[in-house]
Amino acid sequence: MSIAIDLTPARAAGSFYLRIGGAIVGFYTVLAVIGSIIAPYGANDQDLLSALDPPSLAHLFGTDALGRDMLSRVIIGTRFTLTATLVSVAAALIAGVALGIAAGYLEGRIAAAIAGFIDLLLTIPSLVLVIAIASVIGAGLFGLILAISITFVPPMARLVRGRVLELKSEDYVEAARAIGTSDLGIMRRHILPNAFTVIVVEASLAAGQAVLIAAALGFLGLGVQPPAPEWGTMLGAGREYMQRAPYLVLCPGIAISLLILGFNLLGDGLRDRFDPRTG
Amino acid sequence: MLRFIAVRVFRIVPIVAGVVTIIFLIFQLVPGDPAVLMAGPMATEEQIATLRHAIGLDQPIYLQYWDHLAGLFTGNFGYSLTYKGSPLGEILLRLPATLALAATAIALTICLGIPAGVLAALNRDHAADYAISFSVVALLAMPNFWLGLVMISVFSVDLGWLPSFGFAGWRSVIMPALALAARLIALIARLTRGVMIEELRKDYVRTARAKGLPFHTVVVRHVLRNVLIPTLTVIGLQTGYLLGGSIVIERLFAWPGIGDLLINAVGLRDYNLIQAITVLFTVGFLLVNLVVDILYVAANPRLRHA
Repeated sequence: MSIAIDLTPARAAGSFYLRIGGAIVGFYTVLAVIGSIIAPYGANDQDLLSALDPPSLAHLFGTDALGRDMLSRVIIGTRFTLTATLVSVAAALIAGVALGIAAGYLEGRIAAAIAGFIDLLLTIPSLVLVIAIASVIGAGLFGLILAISITFVPPMARLVRGRVLELKSEDYVEAARAIGTSDLGIMRRHILPNAFTVIVVEASLAAGQAVLIAAALGFLGLGVQPPAPEWGTMLGAGREYMQRAPYLVLCPGIAISLLILGFNLLGDGLRDRFDPRTG
Repeated sequence: MLRFIAVRVFRIVPIVAGVVTIIFLIFQLVPGDPAVLMAGPMATEEQIATLRHAIGLDQPIYLQYWDHLAGLFTGNFGYSLTYKGSPLGEILLRLPATLALAATAIALTICLGIPAGVLAALNRDHAADYAISFSVVALLAMPNFWLGLVMISVFSVDLGWLPSFGFAGWRSVIMPALALAARLIALIARLTRGVMIEELRKDYVRTARAKGLPFHTVVVRHVLRNVLIPTLTVIGLQTGYLLGGSIVIERLFAWPGIGDLLINAVGLRDYNLIQAITVLFTVGFLLVNLVVDILYVAANPRLRHA
């Protein structure tokens, strides 16, 4: 998916991206933790008398069709998206790294079988695979996390496998083998640390994708279910009132885009920092 | 060349068989009894039994698998609960809408993404480059369906210029195709810019300039050709994204295509139809890449014996 060609205007931009991306992701993380404390209203406090009120001092982002405060819902919703993103990327990371190292380091039929299986899974367009899995598991936060995790394993595994194949022929790996280090020891002490930067960069970019997919599934009604204030679900509901209350689709959308931007900048910045070849 | 094409076509067969098997296995994981789930909470025992028989769920799994494989080759996509039989007719009816949407999105990507990248590369580190690079970063962060919502809000609700849903004439394809293509346009602009900057540094550019060719002639005659090849390949690889993205976009714009059908099927727990569409999208993606592969080699005779 990614191509190793000059992707950023200048190398100096790398550390700038890294800082901005880190700040955005950090800001959202804080919101996810203390969101329900600092939100001015509860996520599901209804006030039907002020339904569909435009943004005002009392409701900075306006209110939805049930009179719920949009600002509070957007803030409290951070938790769903960030949980889904971090848990699914972490799960995909563990499974993908294990499979990738196994497929790259081991030789023989098992490695070939794993590599073949990974390549087959990669031929299914990712959003199609997510929807298929989510339809099998059922809608909800758990189904969402599982579907995204499974879908993110193959690209991660392929990336790690490629890196491991490169590293395997390095002299220090040969040397470690010559002095009798076990396979597991080599993987843990030499392969994994050297593949680490590639993995971190990929994980950050995958997190941006996960935010996108979580929102898309919510919008389609296959993700976190209402009345939970999940951003994609809120966009789906706000769509009905676009004529009267366009801010209902504006605020959650900006929240989603900004978080994706944060993860993307973080990934790009990390890549420029760690991998001078692409800078 | 013919031999090469035959080999590539032949090589895709086991991949299709493998991926169809994986998708079949995924749908075996539906928790509980699929017949009970599909029949709904109001169904009687008898109705459930009839349904189970109609779908072939009362057969052993290897027979179900065999029926599924054989069905795909004969155009029988299995029993669809929604259409009380093979959904092939409905799929064929909706295919043109999805193809039209994807083709328009690809055309927009080529017409907007490549020129934007070229423009940015030619004005490297100047205002145009910064503006384009900034737009790329912004577009890559926006979900396509949100972009679609914003466009509906501006161009349909406020200005009343474009229809916001359905499939009525060329005007109705503009917004869905733009929303779908936005991410791809950004990716291609970024890629084209990168490749172009690399190419402009190469020796042949200096040689051509040294023998007196004007700069724009060098760009049009030599550089652009070398830029187009990797760019078009990546567009081919990104059709997987286009197919996935079209699901959400079709839903948003009530576009009567396959993606919209898929979400209907998910809502109705029509697992056979979901499975059929998953297979269809995957095979479509594989076929597009086969074509791109062949075109790529046709354009590069050096690769033919690789």
